[in-house]
Parts: sequence; C-alpha cells; structure tokens
Amino acid sequence: MPVAVRFTNVHRHFGAVRAVDGVTLDIAEGEFFAMLGPSGSGKTTCLRLIGGFEQPDQGGIEIFGRHAEGLPPYRRNVNTVFQDYALFPHMTVGENVAYGLMIRKLPRPERETRAREALALVKLNGFEGRYPRQLSGGQRQRVALARALVNEPRVLLLDEPLGALDLKLREEMQEELKSLQRKLGITFVFVTHDQGEALAMADRLAIFHSGRIVQIGAPVEVYERPRTRFVADFVGSANVLPPTYAGEAGAAAKWMSLRPEKIRATAPEQLAANDEASLIGTITNVHYQGALTRITVDGEGLTLRAAVPSDGRRFQTGQRIRLSWPASAMNSMDDDP
Amino acid sequence: MTAPILAPTLAEPPDGILRRVSDHLYLNPPLLLGLLLVPPLLWIGIVYVGSLIALLIQSFYSVDEFSGMVKHEFTLATYAELLRPANIDIIVRSVLMAAAVTVAAALIAFPIAYYAARYATGAVKALYYVAVMMPLWSSYLVKIYAWKLILAKEGIITWLAGQTGLGPVLDFVLATPVIGGPSLSISFLGMFVVFVYVWLPYMILPVQAALERVPRSMIDASADLGAAPGPTFRHIVLPLAMPGIAAGSIFTFSLTLGDYIIPQIIGNSSFFIGQAVYAQQGTAGNIPLAAAFTVVPIVIMAAYLWGAKRLGAFDAI
Amino acid sequence: MRSDPVEPAPLGLKIVAAAGLAFLHVPLALIVLYAFTTEEKSYVFPPPGLTTQWFAIAAQRTDIWAALMLSLRVAAVATLLALVLGTCAAAALARARFFGRETISLLFVLPIALPGIITGIALRSAFNIMDFDFSFWTIVLGHATFCIVVVYNNAVARLRRTSPNLIEASMDLGADGLATLRHILLPALGGALLAGGMLAFALSFDEVIVTTFTAGQQSTLPIWMLTELIRPRQRPVTNVVAVLVIAITFVPILAAYYLTREES
Repeated sequence: MPVAVRFTNVHRHFGAVRAVDGVTLDIAEGEFFAMLGPSGSGKTTCLRLIGGFEQPDQGGIEIFGRHAEGLPPYRRNVNTVFQDYALFPHMTVGENVAYGLMIRKLPRPERETRAREALALVKLNGFEGRYPRQLSGGQRQRVALARALVNEPRVLLLDEPLGALDLKLREEMQEELKSLQRKLGITFVFVTHDQGEALAMADRLAIFHSGRIVQIGAPVEVYERPRTRFVADFVGSANVLPPTYAGEAGAAAKWMSLRPEKIRATAPEQLAANDEASLIGTITNVHYQGALTRITVDGEGLTLRAAVPSDGRRFQTGQRIRLSWPASAMNSMDDDP
Repeated sequence: MTAPILAPTLAEPPDGILRRVSDHLYLNPPLLLGLLLVPPLLWIGIVYVGSLIALLIQSFYSVDEFSGMVKHEFTLATYAELLRPANIDIIVRSVLMAAAVTVAAALIAFPIAYYAARYATGAVKALYYVAVMMPLWSSYLVKIYAWKLILAKEGIITWLAGQTGLGPVLDFVLATPVIGGPSLSISFLGMFVVFVYVWLPYMILPVQAALERVPRSMIDASADLGAAPGPTFRHIVLPLAMPGIAAGSIFTFSLTLGDYIIPQIIGNSSFFIGQAVYAQQGTAGNIPLAAAFTVVPIVIMAAYLWGAKRLGAFDAI
Repeated sequence: MRSDPVEPAPLGLKIVAAAGLAFLHVPLALIVLYAFTTEEKSYVFPPPGLTTQWFAIAAQRTDIWAALMLSLRVAAVATLLALVLGTCAAAALARARFFGRETISLLFVLPIALPGIITGIALRSAFNIMDFDFSFWTIVLGHATFCIVVVYNNAVARLRRTSPNLIEASMDLGADGLATLRHILLPALGGALLAGGMLAFALSFDEVIVTTFTAGQQSTLPIWMLTELIRPRQRPVTNVVAVLVIAITFVPILAAYYLTREES
C-alpha cells in the first residue's frame, strides 16, 4: 500500500523543549492511524507538522511522496478537524462547510450542492442555515467534519475530536468515525490521550513519550506486547515485574509486564500448573467493580494487581492467597523506561 | 466497501503573486511580525518616545539668566532650581491632591462597582455599565464646565444651602483655612470635588472588572467555612478587588498629577505641577525647567506603576 | 456571578450606589438646563427663565462652526491613522511571544498612562526643535498618538477572544493569508475596530490638553471652550456648545458600546 505520510527523523523544538525529537514514521494510505500519548508527548505537534501549522526544524515530511517541508497549510491536500472545532462564528453552517470551495472559486450552485452532500454524510441534512452557536457540541463536531471532508482531503487530521463530548456521545461518534473512514477510504490520522479510544478505533497506533515514538503497531500488538514499561502502564494497566524477579525464574534478566486479567487467584494450598508462575501473598486492597474484582496482593517482595471475574468468591484484606499466571503471559520489555 | 462518495474533482485554489507573498510571510513568522510592528512602532518610537527623550534632554540644559536663551550644555542647575522650596511646595501639593482624589475615588467607586458586579443582572447591569461609561467618555471640558456652574457663588450649591438652611455650614466650610476660599469655585475643596468627579469612572470600571472575576462560589465557600459577611468581605472580596483598585488608581493618580486645566479653572492662585509646566514653557519661556518639572510625574508614575504591577494591576485594566 | 440566582442587594448599598451614579450624572443634566437659561451674565440657579434663543445665536457664530469643523476633521484623520497603526500593533502583539513584547505593549499604553501635559509639551518642544509649523497636521500627529492605544486595546481584546484555530482552520481549508484576513479576521475584528474607532473619534474630538500644545492659531472646539471658560464672553452660547459636544460624543460612545456589548 502506498505511503500517505512519511516522517524521516523529524525534529521540532520550541526553545529548549524538544516537542518532537527524532520521529520516523510511515502511515499507509487508507489507514486509520492513532497517535496516543500523554499531554506534552509530541503527538499534537506531529499532527500540526502534517497539517503545515508547524515546520520541522530538521528531518523530512512527505505526503503522498511529495515533500511537504516549506509548504503552508493551504498548499496541502490535508484537512483538519480541530479540537475546539474552530467553526467560523460569523458564518452559517452551510457557509462554513462551503468555505474551502469558495476559496477554490467553485461556482455558488456547485458549492451549495457539495456542502449539502457533505452535511448529509454526517447526518446533518437541513442544517445549512443555522449558526454554529445554535448547535450542540456533537453537531458542531459533525459540521467540522463535513467542512474538512468537503475538500476531498487525501489525509484527514483529527485533533482530539471527541475530547469535548460526553461519554455516550463519544462512543457513538467512535463508531461513526470508524464507519465513515471505511466508507470514504481516506487516511485518518487521529490524536488522542485516551487509550481506550485509540485501541477501539485505530488500525495502527503510535505511542508517544517525550517527543519520541516508543512503539508502533496494531492495537492487539501494543496491548499484548508493550515494548517498554511506559507503554505497559499507559495502555491499559499492567504489573511490571523487575528483572530481579525474572532472574529467579531463570529467564533472561529483563523487565516484564503482566496484565492483571491474566492472573488467577486461588487458595494458597492449591498448586499452580506446570506452565504457570505463581506467588503467595496477602491481599492489601479489594476493589469490587461488578463484572471484575480488582485485588492488590503483597508477597515475595512484589505488589501485584489482579483482575479476577466476580464469581461469588469473597476476598478480604489480610487474606492469604495464591496468584498464578501462564508463563507466556509475561512479556519481556526493553530496558528503556 | 462502497466507492468514495466524494470523488476527487477539486482543483487547487488559484495561485498568484499574493499567494506567494503569503507563503513567504507564513513561513517566516518573524518577518510578518516585523511588518506589522514596524509602522506603529516607528510612530510611537519617533513621534512619541523621540519627543519625550528630546524633552528629557532639555531638562539637563539651563536658561541663561541674562539673555533668557537656552544654553545647550549639560548641567544639573535646572534640577537644582526644581528643588527650590517654592517648587517643592508645588510638587507636594500636587501629590497630596492626587492621593486624596485617588482615595476618595476608590471609596465612592467601590459600592457602585460592587453593586454592579454582585447584584445587578441583565438590563440593570447593562444600564449601569452605560451609566458609568458615558461620563467616562463624555467631554472632559464639559464636565469641568458643569462644575463651574454648580460651584459658582450664585450656583446651585449656594441655592441648595440657602433653601435647606445650611448656608452657615457652607460659609463655615469656605472659611476653613487651606480647603476654603471666597467661593467653592475658587477653593481646593471645589477642585478636589471636580477631580474626583472627572476621574471617578476610571476607578469604577477596573474595580468592577476585578469584582466580576470573584466567583460567587468563593463567597459561598467563605460563608460555608464560617465567615460572617464582614470577614468574608475583608478577607475574600477586598483582596481580590485590590488589583482593580490599583489599576483604577493608576488613572486617578496620574491624571490628577498632570492636570493643569482644573486647577486653572476651579482653583486659586496656588500652582500644581501641570500649571507649573505650562507656565514655564509658555510665559516664562524656560523650557529646561518645564522639562525638569515633567520628570517629576514621570518618576512618581514609574514608581507607582512598578508598585501597581506587583499588585497585579495590569491584569485588571 | 452571572447565572446564579441573585439575592436582593442590601438597602444601604443600593442607596450609596445610586447616589454615586447621581453624582456622575446630575452635572451633565445641569449643563443641558443651563443651555436654556435667560440669564446672560452669571450662573445663577435656578434660571430666572427659559428660552431656546441661544441655539439660534450659537448657530450663527462662524467661529464656532470653524472650530467644530476643525475638530471633526482632526478626529476623522487621527482616527483613521490610529485604526491602521493600532490594528497592526494588535495583530503583532495579541498572541506573539517574543523578547521585549511587554515593553512594546507598554509603549503603546504610555501616551494615556502619562499625564497629557507631558505628551503635549514633549511634542511641542520636538516640533519647535524640528522647526515644524503648527498646523492641522501637528494636531493630528498628537491626537493619533494617544488614539492608537484605544484601537489597540479593543483589537487586542477581540483577538485574544478569537480562537487562533480560526485562522489555522481557514488556512487549512485552502485560504492564504490575504483570503484569511478578508474572510475571517476582518469580519471577526470588525465590531471591535469600529468600536475602537468610535472611541478614538470621541477621544480626539474632546481632547484639549495635548491640543493646547500642538495647535497653532487654530481653535478646535475644546480649545474654543477652554478660552471661553477662562475668559467668558457670552456664557449662554458656551452652554449651547457644551450641549453640542455632549451630543456629538455620546453618539459614537453609545455605538461603540452596542458594538462590543456581547463581550462585556
């Protein structure tokens, strides 16, 4: 598949702050790509570098094989859905959506037709005459989407597009964005700090940390095989086992991650299976969550969190318990933090 | 997967020289910044700051006693002249008046601002705002003129005093040394009232702006923590209003300090800084001394602004 | 405090606030009353009788007309200059962060932060040094200097409230700098600029302190009034002019208020 966006060792510094510190990245055409990371990790700057709002200090950015360094935003076949939507308050919804077409000097009737089609695409038929201030948050988001899509971008950039919406609407929009992307076949690049959102929507995702990408891969890969302690902790929650522990088990002395839901809790006298590791410890915390019960256990110099199905068993703090898990559930990680 | 609904049919927007100029400016933010900043900066820099500096330089020249011509050589003689007792009197008088006006303006402004910020809503609030803004922007001279009418011996105050039997009180006030005079329109008291009147709106607006920023929940929280309205006001509202008062006082203080028209029209023959500057540069033709006199409010205001900045006054303007 | 239910204000506060407002407005009302008085020689209250004759007499005075026209012309040109320069300054300083930015924005505020007499005498002595003749243009020069800040303040406030993303969104959709200026920035700024312009106009129309130093033989309306205040010739005519000045300044001020209302 052709490459839609290619970063080659891109740097962008703001004074002493290395917002983007050597990012190399390929985003394939037609891909739904998420950039995930905490705030200040460089993901938004990367998005802005694609949009042309920032220029790299060093390194190359190609969009569909064309060098984009030195091109202002209005010379790029890329459109953006802004975090605050950035709808023009003095224009109607119809004028907002047709703005890019007006700039391209399309005749008015064609502009209007296309704007109507774009609004229909986001299920806002008949909203042309309203003003942005008359719309709900979710509707504004759709207008922003239509306004970007009407220009037929080859890449659509979305900057935390669902951040301002409430939970229910957010889940609804996740599915809608996903199906819209499939329908249009456009490359979507999506910035978020919400790991659940990224896992649910993206074909692939890049995890950002301190201006660098620490891992790129499909959601399953990133979740199951986090490459560093940071990824293990940022994407979902994980137990991190120090190299000393692994050393006792006879494996290579590496940091390892272990997802809480892979851990079984049994009575101390019940032995673990052959291919399982285990430890005996004391419950220090019990957190009932309906379908799951999260327990924290201290033992053998470790603190482990386990998420076990709520099956009627009662756990109490102070109780002695055995935790066991398949050896294969332990994922060796790099030494990077 | 269906075919894309929006077939790629759009052309690039038309290109042209202006678009290329735009490219250049967009990719060179400092260049754009410079282009925007240079015209106003040149104006302020050359016309205003240039004149100010030229004026300050002249304060280091002196006037030849015999010819009355300005001698263009560096000397501190003019500053020595500035520090004569008679001139010190003028400076002290001006500063005291400015301080008194500032305090009075703050006292009168606060309840108005507090009412507008805390209790007025909707149409009443809008009306309040207009009611404060109108006098602020309406003609300075007309306002002074109005007070000349009011304070005149035959004017409304004398009439009111006569009607209410308070004539002796007015006479007593006028007979009081320092603040009194032959009539209110030729007295420090009258001048003080006019100063307060003219600069009052400059105090109300920043104080109101500062009070608007005090969230209601903060007052509730204070009450919730057991503070009675009095302590809540003292510990919460007043400290949060301070930047506004400081901002307003910059105006009331500075404007009073440099004014020469109100003392000329309402006052008696005692000079204020503004009048001294005016007289020195005009009839006396002593530009160096006039320049040295202008340094006084500049220095005082610089110290004042520095203090106000520490109080956070600039956020409230 | 806006949306919360508001309990009624204490009576004392109401009275004090109302008295404060009355203090601000009664003098202006009195001016209007005095414009109709039959008394010529003094400011006696109450007026012995009322008449409208002074309006007709004032209307025939060519010196008043000349002063009025000069003031309007000066205000118009000074406002225009201030609009251009103030908008440029605002656009440069509203969001940019660079070394010296604070100092530069202080520079623009300086002409109103320092007493007018300093601006006046500084300009006058500079004109003298440069051998400028005092004219229409020296008055405009002085007025534009302190009008810039009014436009600047209005424009900066609006720009700071305008999401920077609007500009980026416009460029993202294909508009270059000029198109963005035309379609997005100017419409967004329009009201603020108009309001700033109105206030600058009112400020210039009304200015007397700097003008006494920068005008030559010409009289603006405020200078005319000042002369009358110091040496009254025909008091009722001055009263009429005062009413005229109130009327002329109130229009742009009210207009400016309505233009920026949603922001306050």
